[in-house]
Amino acid sequence: MLGKLDWSAIPFDQPIPLIAGAVVLVAILAVLIWVVVKGHLPYLWQEWITSVDHKRIGVMYILLASVMLLRGGSDAIMMRIQQAVAFQSQGYLPPEHYNQIFSAHGTIMIFFVAMPFVIGLMNLIVPLQLGVRDVAFPTLNSVGFWLTATGALLVNLSLVIGEFARTGWLAFPPLSELSYSPGVGVDYYAWSLQISGVGTLVAGINLVTTVLKLRTRGMNYLRMPMFCWTTLASNLLIVAAFPILTATLAMLLLDRYLGFHFFTNEAGGNVMMFMNLIWAWGHPEVYILVLPAFGIFSEVVSTFSGKALFGYRSMVLATMAICVISFMVWLHHFFTMGAGPDVNAIFGIASMIIAVPTGVKIYNWLFTMYGGRVRFTTPMLWAVGFMVTFIIGGLTGVLLAVPPADFMLHNSMFLVAHFHNVIIGGVLFGAFAGFEYWFPKAFGFRLDERWGKAAFWFTFLGFYVTFVPLYVAGMLGMTRRMQHYDVAAWRPWMLIAAAGMAVLTIGVICQIVQLVVSIRNREALRDRTGDPWDGRSLEWATSSPPPVFNFAFHPDVRGEDAYWDMKAHAQQSLDSSPPEYHDIEMPRNSPTGFVCAFFATIMGFALIWHIWWMVILGGIGAFATFVVFAWRDHDEYIIPADEVAAIERVNLEERHSLVSMAGTV
Amino acid sequence: MSMTVAADRATSDPHHIGLVIEHPGPAPKRTVTAYGFWVFLLSDIVMFSCFFAAHAVLADQTAGGPKGSEIFEQRNVAIETVCLLLSSFTCGMASIAADVRNRFWFYLGMTVTCVLGLIFLAIEFREFAGLVARGYGPSRSAFLTSFFSLVGCHGLHVSAGVLWLLTMMAQVFAKGFRADVLRRMMCFALFWHALDIVWVGVFSVVYLLGSGA
Repeated sequence: MLGKLDWSAIPFDQPIPLIAGAVVLVAILAVLIWVVVKGHLPYLWQEWITSVDHKRIGVMYILLASVMLLRGGSDAIMMRIQQAVAFQSQGYLPPEHYNQIFSAHGTIMIFFVAMPFVIGLMNLIVPLQLGVRDVAFPTLNSVGFWLTATGALLVNLSLVIGEFARTGWLAFPPLSELSYSPGVGVDYYAWSLQISGVGTLVAGINLVTTVLKLRTRGMNYLRMPMFCWTTLASNLLIVAAFPILTATLAMLLLDRYLGFHFFTNEAGGNVMMFMNLIWAWGHPEVYILVLPAFGIFSEVVSTFSGKALFGYRSMVLATMAICVISFMVWLHHFFTMGAGPDVNAIFGIASMIIAVPTGVKIYNWLFTMYGGRVRFTTPMLWAVGFMVTFIIGGLTGVLLAVPPADFMLHNSMFLVAHFHNVIIGGVLFGAFAGFEYWFPKAFGFRLDERWGKAAFWFTFLGFYVTFVPLYVAGMLGMTRRMQHYDVAAWRPWMLIAAAGMAVLTIGVICQIVQLVVSIRNREALRDRTGDPWDGRSLEWATSSPPPVFNFAFHPDVRGEDAYWDMKAHAQQSLDSSPPEYHDIEMPRNSPTGFVCAFFATIMGFALIWHIWWMVILGGIGAFATFVVFAWRDHDEYIIPADEVAAIERVNLEERHSLVSMAGTV
Repeated sequence: MSMTVAADRATSDPHHIGLVIEHPGPAPKRTVTAYGFWVFLLSDIVMFSCFFAAHAVLADQTAGGPKGSEIFEQRNVAIETVCLLLSSFTCGMASIAADVRNRFWFYLGMTVTCVLGLIFLAIEFREFAGLVARGYGPSRSAFLTSFFSLVGCHGLHVSAGVLWLLTMMAQVFAKGFRADVLRRMMCFALFWHALDIVWVGVFSVVYLLGSGA
């Protein structure tokens, strides 16, 4: 009846996951009770859960990422403490639990923090920057988000019911095959990534189509803001790379569930094929993550330098070059596995070459700042911190791309330090910069600068104190994923890293405090102009938060930096007679995404535990959802012209008063 | 947008040399839907190519089991291919019928497409069942693993296509040739033709090359 599921699945003998699970459960219950008692449920359902508005979906993505960041961060703290105390002792974590923690940490940070964070920001901002009302497929967008949430939910379920993979974040066979991982951990891993992967693919298709087909009048390719370009590149990579992940995980699951022999040791299976496939997805994946961050930095640096982006076209070229080259470097992940010097040399050179377009970008940002009137706001601090940190990470990457060096350093703490250096210094700093930069656009008030700056400095310093020691430990020969060790030379570095982790934690706390303080002082921080930073691209041309239709008219774009251009010619447009408003058609809210995710959760859980009747139930439910959605008669509603005019008038009056104020000063 | 405005803008924007074609604004819904679906199909083909790659790697790993030339029946595969190619033709007829709003030819075209798809699936199923009965199931060897997965993945797509086809017919029956129904029909047709293209690959790589070896 319940497949492999019974009471032994709940780890009564392990206090840490049980207490953590209980705390989370209590927190969820408390929030639920609060929501129901306060009567917020209808609001949540109508305005958020069933929303197909790209801005709302973007915010929900970012919320999911933030919550999962706390979970993945807790795992990181536990690992740093373990390695600090596990010198000539077992430490406080049993090996099996430790293995689950590092696997979960990697999986969560990449798939459920970095991915939803950048996809959320792209969702939120790209249609606004393109000057359009929505993404290409609004309901599909909601489906994509909720499937990602399903994946995150399944990973968290594994904390209390059953176990998570002990294989590392990419579940290499043969360790992940049934004979070496007989539990449900790898199944949790594979199904949650399979389901959220579909969500990611959907988001990718949606954003590619949005950028290529939905641009406002005059928004030629070479007038798109940089963030739109990097979004395009990143989502092209998603569309090309995520199906590889889907296929690879499908093969692994076939091996585990039906006794196939893709990656087994017996009957002719080929483990190296898994390595090739997973890295053919995995290496583009890091550019999927970092390219949007590059876009954010381009916007932030140009806005806060008060200058157009230096070398816009070379930036576009560099972005697309990275997009292509990223598919030609995957083999550097197994230089040491005997491919031979020729193959290693070619992939080593390809891996080094990708640093060239990245270098172009760094120089362009520096030249954008050069001679500009630089304002060191919080987003700008993240951008400058990124430039310093990312260069170090990039250089150690070039070092690792040299095959002989890689023979010494692969799978060492040096590697761990390197990829944290680029992922934190690149993606996470970018996500935070974007968060600070676009927060007023999403919510209508700015974030507190003092706490934001404190968060930056603690995170920045904490980052270095944590990860520079890991470089050293790696040089001293410490390999990754060690549960305990006996080498005295590594000990001090592990202690310093643990101290750095404490500083990083203070940074995280500052960020939470910043959010709370800002929400409390929201009236003082209110932005009525819709353009708090003196921005350059179209998202600042509408009010904050934007009306559901984004723009009453599709803006007419005449060059790069569309909104900057409009502001430069503001007096003329103010004098012109008020425009004639039209009815606007918008997609109707739909519970499809939520219902899909509901059935996907049931199906995923049932598949993990081999509860076959429940799998069938979930499948039927999914098809029924599809049919019900297809049968809808009215998927759009009309916002009448009067209403559009009323909303737009408020927006324009704010701006006019601002302009006239500026005129009198 | 008039030409003069465009030319005027070209001179004001120093980055543009010569005549600039101004982007006219968001594309119509039909274009957007078709474009998005094409992007999906490309991603689906990437997924298929992984299974093709796996097959290329594992084709000789028979682990003492049968080779391709010992288990493939060319006659069956030929019938399957004919069915599928013909179904693509009838699907095209149904699409044309939908475009000119002719219910009779639409239903007829779709029904024939469905029957041909089902025949294809039946033959494939019989082939699979026969192999498993002889002890040549997918867990026998890595070669059979990749064979069953690649061909089965295509078969799974055809099954989903048949389900979609029936839904499409029901949609036209209940809603008529509404704009959104027609957009879905266009996507379905793209999907069905794409399956044909993938089958040509399967036919060539798995059956033709496999029989020679």
